[in-house]
Amino acid sequence: MKAIRKFLDKIKPNFQEGGKFPKLKSTFGAFESFFFVPNHVTTKGAHIRDCMDMKRNMTAVIIALLPALLFGMWNVGNFHYQMTGEEAGFWCQFFYGLGQVFPIIVVSYVSGLFLEFLFAQVRKEEVNEGFLVTGLLIPMIVPVDCPLWMVAIATMFAVLIGKEVFGGTGMNIVNPALLARAFLFFAYPSKMSGDKVWVAGLGDAEKVVDGFSGATPLAQLAEKGQTQYSLSDAFFGFIPGAIGETSTLCILIGAVILIWTGVASWKIMISGVAGLLLTGLLINACGSDVYTQVPYWHHLIFGGFAFGIVFMATDPVTAAQTETGKWIYGFLIGIMVLLVRVINPAFPEGVMLAILFGNICAPLIDHFVVQANIKRRKKRALAK
Amino acid sequence: MAQNNNLELITKPLNLNNPVTAQILGICSALAVTVQLEPAIVMAISVTVVTALSNFVISLLRNTIPSRIRIIVQLMIVSLMVILVDQVLKAYMYQLDKQLSVYVGLIITNCIVMGRLEAFALGNKPLPALLDGIGNGAGYGVILVIVAFIRELFGSGKLFGCQVIPDCFYNLGYENCGFMLNPPMALILIGMIIWIQRSKYKELQEK
Repeated sequence: MKAIRKFLDKIKPNFQEGGKFPKLKSTFGAFESFFFVPNHVTTKGAHIRDCMDMKRNMTAVIIALLPALLFGMWNVGNFHYQMTGEEAGFWCQFFYGLGQVFPIIVVSYVSGLFLEFLFAQVRKEEVNEGFLVTGLLIPMIVPVDCPLWMVAIATMFAVLIGKEVFGGTGMNIVNPALLARAFLFFAYPSKMSGDKVWVAGLGDAEKVVDGFSGATPLAQLAEKGQTQYSLSDAFFGFIPGAIGETSTLCILIGAVILIWTGVASWKIMISGVAGLLLTGLLINACGSDVYTQVPYWHHLIFGGFAFGIVFMATDPVTAAQTETGKWIYGFLIGIMVLLVRVINPAFPEGVMLAILFGNICAPLIDHFVVQANIKRRKKRALAK
Repeated sequence: MAQNNNLELITKPLNLNNPVTAQILGICSALAVTVQLEPAIVMAISVTVVTALSNFVISLLRNTIPSRIRIIVQLMIVSLMVILVDQVLKAYMYQLDKQLSVYVGLIITNCIVMGRLEAFALGNKPLPALLDGIGNGAGYGVILVIVAFIRELFGSGKLFGCQVIPDCFYNLGYENCGFMLNPPMALILIGMIIWIQRSKYKELQEK
């Protein structure tokens, strides 16, 4: 560590005003504070600083994502060897999945951070940790066979149009990771949906085991009303799907971490689940085609609902800010997920669109909650 | 309007006073007809012709139109021009006219045309009005062509209907971006043009 400190001290003057590269000041600052605690202190007045700054918040989310990510890597290998019919041990499956998923993670971070650094230089701001979580979420919500250059383009699109246009971290209207996925979904539908993309190597495989299907359970349910995967398969995650979304159990572990550290709002999660269940009951009662007759609570564990409501809908920037608003916001997402999934024949899965819809409605919900509060207090004040 | 400003009447709408990026007019048709380059160019020329001619005619009539019924008179003249353009297209470019479908007819409601009539032709002499119409039509056309170029190139790999991106790219795994063919992408592209323009010319930025 001392060698790094010495090296940093040596090159620091180059990046100050009047140095050789004053434009790269924030890049230098980012790397310095990556290695060491910054030494600038507040000079005036009393300040109370919470230790839960942005870096800690982001780290908590990363830790919460790890179980689902590691499971997702193993599951990629699991399904690849199921498809080829080869016998493979646990570690063999895991390392195959690691080899498939790791490049996606690297591409997502490199392309996103490149733009983040670029904008920090141009705007002369500090590089912040805003991309840390987005960069990991993007690989977890794409199909494993998604080409790397598509991931790069989608990530750049999301950072540019989703975040930097609005002024950077904390100013975005919609979740950048979901925006990246939505971009991929509408730009390259053949690589983002169907039954070929969810298993590594299925698209151009020469030999596939008889009877093997790469379709997600939701696609099967939408078509026939039943799926070959059991409920326990779906709960533990032994189903094809986007890399990180399959295992409800691992996502629940993540949810516990998020709620315990206080990073994500439990209200959004609870009301989202409630919205989904109530809509499901209603659709069960009056639906007519096979997809509407899927028992309402199965929607909790099949598909990406668990991942979406735990990690995406609770994004503190794009969710509703008021406490009452959070209940409404989560409930709205729950309802929309089922409406898009079951009522709309075009998409078997609707979590992405539902959460984007929720993100866009969040400021409106907040506005009405605040107005209602003002009205109520005014009434109380006048009554006295 | 002095004589030496006549040139400015044409050049200013091309950049600093662009009807699309600075006045934010005519966005709807810019989203609709820019999937391919060819219809975009035809549309740009049609709008230029309509704007220029109706500007000219309204300017000739400006002292005789009672101001209470001026909108209806303007509409009549614009409709006349649009029908003329539509008939010419039908006669000589039938396929393109079908492709543009309602959007040629909808030039009548294009905000740029009415905007220029109200803002310029009613208060200026015929020649400047004609030039102003040409300038604004061209300013609209420039944006249309830029957006259509990007959308056709990346959305279907073609320019003017001929394949530009070589087959070996597709064999390597390149795919056309389907999102480019959707209107939202046109809106995003126009937004980015506005972004670039305003960061270059600070005087365009709203306070």
